[in-house]
Amino acid sequence: MKKKLNKNSLNGFINYGIILVVYLVLQFLIGGGMVSNSLQSLLVPACCYVVMAMSLNLTVGILGELSLGHAGFMSLGAFSGIVTSILLQSVLPAVPLRLAVSMAAGALAGGLGGVIVGVPVLRLRGDYLAIVTLAFGQIIKNIIMVLYVGVDGTGLHVALNSDRFILAEDGTTIIKGPMGAVGVTKLASFTAGFVLILITLLVVQNLVNSRAGRAIMALRDNRIAAESVGINVTKYKLMAFVISAALAGAAGALFGLNYSSTVASKFDFNTSILVLVFVVLGGLGSIRGSMIAAALLYVLPELLRSFDIAEYRMLIYAIILILVMLATNNPTLKNFFGSVFKKKKKPASRTSK
Amino acid sequence: MSFLNNVITGISLGSIYAIIALGYTMVYGIAKMLNFAHGDVIMVGAYMVFFAAGRFGLPSVVGVLLAVVVCTVLGVVIERLAYKPLRQAPSLAVLITAIGVSYFLQNGAQILWGAATKRFTPVVEGTLELVPGQLGISYVAILSVVCCIAVMAALTLFTTRTRMGKAMRACSEDKAAAQLMGINVDATISSTFAIGSALAAVAGVLMCSAYPVLSPTTGSMPGIRAFTAAVFGGIGSIPGALLGGILLGIIETFAKAYISTDLSDAVVFAVLIVVLLVKPTGLMGRYVPEKV
Repeated sequence: MKKKLNKNSLNGFINYGIILVVYLVLQFLIGGGMVSNSLQSLLVPACCYVVMAMSLNLTVGILGELSLGHAGFMSLGAFSGIVTSILLQSVLPAVPLRLAVSMAAGALAGGLGGVIVGVPVLRLRGDYLAIVTLAFGQIIKNIIMVLYVGVDGTGLHVALNSDRFILAEDGTTIIKGPMGAVGVTKLASFTAGFVLILITLLVVQNLVNSRAGRAIMALRDNRIAAESVGINVTKYKLMAFVISAALAGAAGALFGLNYSSTVASKFDFNTSILVLVFVVLGGLGSIRGSMIAAALLYVLPELLRSFDIAEYRMLIYAIILILVMLATNNPTLKNFFGSVFKKKKKPASRTSK
Repeated sequence: MSFLNNVITGISLGSIYAIIALGYTMVYGIAKMLNFAHGDVIMVGAYMVFFAAGRFGLPSVVGVLLAVVVCTVLGVVIERLAYKPLRQAPSLAVLITAIGVSYFLQNGAQILWGAATKRFTPVVEGTLELVPGQLGISYVAILSVVCCIAVMAALTLFTTRTRMGKAMRACSEDKAAAQLMGINVDATISSTFAIGSALAAVAGVLMCSAYPVLSPTTGSMPGIRAFTAAVFGGIGSIPGALLGGILLGIIETFAKAYISTDLSDAVVFAVLIVVLLVKPTGLMGRYVPEKV
């Protein structure tokens, strides 16, 4: 008897397939010189945003809690990744290994941030939780803006003030307060981004299809009912939140190591919102949707730069955003598409939190 | 003396936050949505006064009235076009739409009026010297506090005494029941947006008079802070918005003066988090038990 593939794992394989095909096609095109330099420079950040969107989807779509501070974890990951890579410069000369370790450090920092934020925050509900995540994002940005980190013969120096930041003559400054991290060696590559996306996909899909994942979704659908059948609310909420933060940290490390300098204001409220827009437009809870929406929506506005409408680019983006939200929530259109795709669609169960 | 000066600065800044927070809190109370575009309505109001008073030389009172009218209309139009079709939609869809509107206003302003920072001429100038050279209150600060108290008093009277105000309170309690009692829910929500946006215009003028720089992104950070103030005081509660605004202004000023200018944001938000952890519905928010 042939074992039938379960629908979830089939869906998962399609996602891996899409990523692999896109990667191979792009590599082929780059090899053939058919991708412009400006587009090539977008590949790594696009990978980072794809990972950001998938990880935020874990919080917003799967766990059902609105987070407005996801960029904060990216920031934590970026700066700890940069510090790690500079510290390990002489110990680990091999670039891929150093990048991997830096990304792991970024993930660790993001995850730790997730625990610190998550333990108190997840007790709150709905919009209050959103505000506190927003506040944490701002705090993280604000602290990194005044953070000075450097390394010299005696070890690592950290200060919150330029006066107290004393470094030996031969020392290297890594993070320079408002100027951010400077003099970073670029380690990131498209392949690393591809691998990170695959790892994220592996983590998220296996989590969603596991016992823990089902518990998390049960909490989203009805917290009280889930609690009453013995699901540990704090444990599963924290699990989803921390994994999401750790993945964002890894994406941040890759992002930070893609530029020679990075400032903390890059990871502000607007970045969190940008990622949230990817998640919502891609479809809440849909990993594939997040992936595609992040890749397209990150690259498209950048491509529009080259046209005459560059000035109107963000205005058009705003209008499209509003129109898409209006159209996707229009009952008439919904019924129309509902009747067209009747067989494919599952009954719409997720209406509001 | 510097302590008293800081208290005065804090209260006047807090009054401005309170006026913005009132707009947030009223809209949230009724429409249950986070109107992220509110901060950008402030910016539009400030630009109106800038052009009316600065460019065309109209008296500032006319400029302020013009700003109030334009912002009120803008608020109602935004509500009608962008938010009303989404009444039944999930809250996240409305939130994203509000963000879209915010982007739209910021980028529209940038295209219409340019990205360069403009110097705003305060509507009132000068300082009332209490102890010459040491302690003074600027007239803008006095005006902010007076406006804030007047707005508060007017809103309290409005929501308790008038039919429309009572309808607003009914809608924020239970929309369906209010509709059954013959209240026009759509009209009530529209007028809430109108009031909130008019307040935003007033706040914009006061804010740009106190800190006279103006750019398309002027409104976004005060918007977020005022929103924090609204949550701080308990979102949906009018006295809560006042309390939250004033406290936030004082905390911010003191953090700047005594801790670090660069870390003031972190301090403000850290206080917010602590308050929410101790009292999850804000200082004056009501606890609504969950029904199963």
